[in-house]
Amino acid sequence: MNALPTATRHQVFSPARIAAIASNTLLELIRLKVFYFMLIFGLIVIGVSPFLAKLTFQEQFQVLKDGALGAMTIFTWLLAVLSTAMLLPKDIEDRTLYTILAKPVPRFEYLLGKLVGVLLLLFVAISLMTALFVVVLKLKEVSAIWEVTRTASPGALQEQIDSIRAHTFTLNLIPGIIFIYLEASLCASLTLLISTFASSSIFTIMISVVIFIIGHVQPIAREYLLASHGVSAATKIWLSLVSLLIPDLTALSLVDDIAAGTAVSLILFSKIAALGSIYIAVYFLVGYFVFSTKEL
Amino acid sequence: MKLRRPIIAVIMLLAFGAARLPFEERLSTELRTAHFHLARLDLDMREQLGQMGFLAALSGIRAPVADAFYLLAYAAWENVQWGRMKLDYDVVTSLQPRCELYWQTAGWQMAYNASAAAINDRNQPREALRLKAQREYFKLGEDYLLHGITNNPDKPTIYNDLGMLYRDKLKEHCKASEIYRIYAKLPGALAYGERFSAYELAQCPGHEQEAYARLVELYNRGEKEHLPTLLKWITILQEKLNIPADKRVHMPPQEIITIPGDSKFNKTPAKP
Repeated sequence: MNALPTATRHQVFSPARIAAIASNTLLELIRLKVFYFMLIFGLIVIGVSPFLAKLTFQEQFQVLKDGALGAMTIFTWLLAVLSTAMLLPKDIEDRTLYTILAKPVPRFEYLLGKLVGVLLLLFVAISLMTALFVVVLKLKEVSAIWEVTRTASPGALQEQIDSIRAHTFTLNLIPGIIFIYLEASLCASLTLLISTFASSSIFTIMISVVIFIIGHVQPIAREYLLASHGVSAATKIWLSLVSLLIPDLTALSLVDDIAAGTAVSLILFSKIAALGSIYIAVYFLVGYFVFSTKEL
Repeated sequence: MKLRRPIIAVIMLLAFGAARLPFEERLSTELRTAHFHLARLDLDMREQLGQMGFLAALSGIRAPVADAFYLLAYAAWENVQWGRMKLDYDVVTSLQPRCELYWQTAGWQMAYNASAAAINDRNQPREALRLKAQREYFKLGEDYLLHGITNNPDKPTIYNDLGMLYRDKLKEHCKASEIYRIYAKLPGALAYGERFSAYELAQCPGHEQEAYARLVELYNRGEKEHLPTLLKWITILQEKLNIPADKRVHMPPQEIITIPGDSKFNKTPAKP
């Protein structure tokens, strides 16, 4: 008698299932035409140039870098919050969530797959923006070098070319772009946590926006809390809540200083990247804790 | 879902917050030591930036806000509104204190453009007042550059600008020499820093001997240092310090030797 084919054993944790959910999430988000924001980003990066024609090359590069990195910060953050806030409500509305969870897919994997999908989307978005930013900066660099080659005296030519190169895209900017990505990923993870108990997408988005703003002044509350003596109990409770519940986003928000030429040491970079990754992991785990027994 | 879970979640977040607080405090100190987060965002700044600008600056996009004010300052310069321009540069430099370009431009606009406008002000008939206004703009330029150095002690370009301001506008040669000396030691400084420091020291009363020693040291480095200005100052100091002929490192061709601002030493060498 032939033995029945052995059934595939169900794995408690399956990276393949997470990958499937993540890729599906990424595709869903891409189909929502979220990359239209690239058009606006392109307009900012390319369209700003005619307004800077009167400025020196150095000034033009500075304004271009600041504008592009600022736009990258805002767009990746918006993308992170808006796309994550929609994930769970949309799956519930489409009843996709029930179809997935009816299969032997643990909630942990479902939630992780969703988060990984958003993180992939952010990665694609920031890579595209970086590529466009580098191309525009390099084109401007070539144009500036051509200009000085025509006008500068032979003795000063190399010095001016070096100066132009130092003010365009340098490797020092890469940590800044990684921090933008980490900050957006942290916001995505936090938004996912909020959406596990939120009643609507609007609520999730509002709370995320408020946390983003407070997160950039959180160090003020923390410093005041640690240094305060003799403040009222109510103030102390309020400061403690802000300091303990709200993430310190300034730790990741270094791109302004990096664009101004401040270099990040490898040790500092590692510490900040570790902090960002821990935030993402903790917010995800707390989100899973709430979601694991949520009545759907 | 039972209500208990979100409450436990909040407690978990509070515990995580308590665990990360000391680390974040240390990290914050390390970041400041590494020249991050030096921007000043206080109530004065809020008034100047307006509600939205302040919010944007707080939300991690300080640099684009600073750029917007930089362009406004440029427009104020085009419209010859020096007061407006200064206010805008104050905002720019407070928001982005680590960008040496902003300090340099602000210093340049005040010390060179605004001061030139003050001395050529046709609405002010009294020369003394025009000179006073010019001097005040020099000092404003100096202020920007000094604050720029405080915030960017590692960047040579601002030292260079300040040295130039002391040398060309304020005629404070001792200070110029000291600034160029610091400039020359910074990574990325151009080779002329050391020479300029010695030239300025040569014009600093009471430091002629030291200046001469530094100039001779430069001279002894070889032919490439035998630049016209260096030779000129060596010649002047040799005369001024009465260096014996056999100890002089450089013998100039027979020509009129002029010591700026010192008529006592100005003389025409005797014909052989």
